[in-house]
Amino acid sequence: MQLFPCPFCGPRSESEFHFGGDAGNHRPEGFRTVTDGEWTAYLYERNNPRGAANEIWMHMTCGEIFRMERDTVHHRVAQSFALGEGDGHDGMAY
Amino acid sequence: MTRHYSVFSLFKEGLRGQKGWQQAWRSPQPKPRYDILIIGGGGHGLATAYYLAKTHNIRNIAIIEKGWLGGGNTGRNTTVVRSNYFFPESTALYEMALKLYEGLGRDLNYNIMLSQRGIITLAHSEAEMEMAARTVNAMQINGTDAELFGIDDVRRVLPLLNVSPQARYPVFGGVWQGRAGTARHDAVAWGYARAADRLGVDIIQSCEVEDFLIEGGRCRGVRTSRGEIRAERTGMVVAGHSSHLATKAGFRLPITSYALQACVSEPIKPVLDTVVLSPGTGTYASQSDKGEMVVGGALDRVPSYGQRGNLPVLEEVVSGLLEMFPSFRQLRLMRQWAGIVDVTPDSSPILGESPLPGLFLNCGWGTGGFKAIPAGGTLLAHLLATGKHHDVSRPFDLDRFSRGRLIDEAAGSGIAH
Repeated sequence: MQLFPCPFCGPRSESEFHFGGDAGNHRPEGFRTVTDGEWTAYLYERNNPRGAANEIWMHMTCGEIFRMERDTVHHRVAQSFALGEGDGHDGMAY
Repeated sequence: MTRHYSVFSLFKEGLRGQKGWQQAWRSPQPKPRYDILIIGGGGHGLATAYYLAKTHNIRNIAIIEKGWLGGGNTGRNTTVVRSNYFFPESTALYEMALKLYEGLGRDLNYNIMLSQRGIITLAHSEAEMEMAARTVNAMQINGTDAELFGIDDVRRVLPLLNVSPQARYPVFGGVWQGRAGTARHDAVAWGYARAADRLGVDIIQSCEVEDFLIEGGRCRGVRTSRGEIRAERTGMVVAGHSSHLATKAGFRLPITSYALQACVSEPIKPVLDTVVLSPGTGTYASQSDKGEMVVGGALDRVPSYGQRGNLPVLEEVVSGLLEMFPSFRQLRLMRQWAGIVDVTPDSSPILGESPLPGLFLNCGWGTGGFKAIPAGGTLLAHLLATGKHHDVSRPFDLDRFSRGRLIDEAAGSGIAH
């Protein structure tokens, strides 16, 4: 069982967390001017990196959404952050 | 040298002390140029090369594989073959695969140990029974075999199953597909490899792609750990590593890579002669010819390229198995492993030309690639040979995501994730 660091609750079991997608995947602005390609990129295309990843996660127990940097091969977590002013939209495709 | 596998060859070689068998495939040095290059020596890649050579008579082909043949998901799956999907497009695809599997042993002159023992997908409530009836109707209309099982039928095929009304997931019946079953996964890879090699295909192992050769906006081949290999058309058949290579080719895919685990118990005498899947417990199982219980379940919920698997999901899968078969409680687990699967938003595969012209995709099979190997090979071979879609592969093109024409089997057939 791996422990993920929730920025609000500290290290908690991985089963309490839900993956929310790539960090920085912001919803395109300007509803009518957004092209099919931009919608597709936002809704479906994923970075899915092998190695260093920068992701949005939800800690389901406390309900907070945050950003986590970790490695997708050996699963080591570098750090996790509460979403700040600069992060904009949380990036989850609802 | 003896090449053909038959009872007569076996007898002849028996008299000679088994010394005359030809090796199943060569290990050639890569040539600088091929007509068609296939990245990935798993089942789909090997099948693609075989059908290119056999059906389209293109012989100047190479498969490059970074590890060893069938060492990825082809050697890590739970060997189930079936075509119990919901949408007509999916049935056309998976039924093509199942039909090819039915004749594959003879076609390849290699025993793939296909055992059409049937699969039962359990229903755990009245509501699930109605969904089961809907699935059965859809499958029959789409032209594959399906039968709605009541509780008595389930008892008949699964005498050890816990069908007590007090069970955590009481059993009401299920969807039966009698032509489904299992096949020996390694034999499928080896059979295709041997047959492709005999048609002149170069199978090059321990050869990893480092980058794509892109000239004039087209893919012209790859740079590998064993030098440059050029080709007019390249097929990328690398399952869970599709996004990783796509990044090198300059595009992104609608894929997330997850670990999918499986495990086997110690071998026991025959107790389970079908494949059983419970959407309630999220566990499925079959018994191998060696007697091991082969057990699998849902994806790990953490995107991953680590071929290990995490403990919470293993615990869920094993406890699901014990819910279904309390008598398995005394079994010991022998091995556990994971493969990296390429999951798309609609749980349907991606087949077609990539955003980089000259590079063609066969990926996105997610948790169900093994069952589709003969069809995936046939369809990618058609794409690579003609540059055009086969009628069966057209709906699975990457453009379905921008056209909004998803084939949502995650919702349709209730795949567990």
